[in-house]
Amino acid sequence: MAHREVIICNKLGLHARPAMQFVDIANQFQSEVKVHKGGPEPEDADGKSVMQMIILAAVEGTPLQIDATGEDAEAAVKKLAELVEGKFGEEE
Amino acid sequence: MKLREFIISEAIVANVKATDRDGAIRELVTSLSTAGSLPADAVDEVVAALIKREQNGSTGFGKGVAVPHAKHPKVKQMAGTVGRSEAGIDFAALDHQPVYSIVLLLSPENQPQQHLQAMNIVFSNLQKDMFRKFLRQSTTREAIVDLFDEADQGK
Repeated sequence: MAHREVIICNKLGLHARPAMQFVDIANQFQSEVKVHKGGPEPEDADGKSVMQMIILAAVEGTPLQIDATGEDAEAAVKKLAELVEGKFGEEE
Repeated sequence: MKLREFIISEAIVANVKATDRDGAIRELVTSLSTAGSLPADAVDEVVAALIKREQNGSTGFGKGVAVPHAKHPKVKQMAGTVGRSEAGIDFAALDHQPVYSIVLLLSPENQPQQHLQAMNIVFSNLQKDMFRKFLRQSTTREAIVDLFDEADQGK
């Protein structure tokens, strides 16, 4: 099991396209991926479900905890954290 | 946020005539324009933006629903509509299945948080099996409005 805490740092937040990028990467791993949204309205999502990720409605500044369970958990959270911290490739 | 705060009742199309994705998008955007939610001269540009968005990645996220959406400078206030297709439309959906229910959302460019909240409420409902089933079975605009009212009241 592996965890990583990240903050949504792109201006547009976790809208549909970033949510799909996230799910695409999560699906490259065997591990189960769960995402917990912190802040005033906490919520959990399956990191492999686009709809659930969009429902998080994570705006810029929202803390997310990424939890992975499985043999490749560490690699999964590392790559997913890089995606979020790299602003989903949206900004410089 | 509630569905009825941004879904324009008069723009709902209970029986989409188009049989393909681009045609259905145009039909729904035109309906929003006719309802007064979008200037007529912006229809072409907005349709093009929505289609481009689909080409970059389908908003057919599976289970027979698609949520085409775009942010556009000519959209002054967030506005959405719904289209229902009896025959089903190929949206290049993630699960390769036809789309029977389309929720189309237009947002101004400068309000990403409002856009995320609207997507949140749309998908919170579309996740529910019964909501999707009832939406697919609603053959009139009134039935769809009633369904959304009930969803907004948490029934």
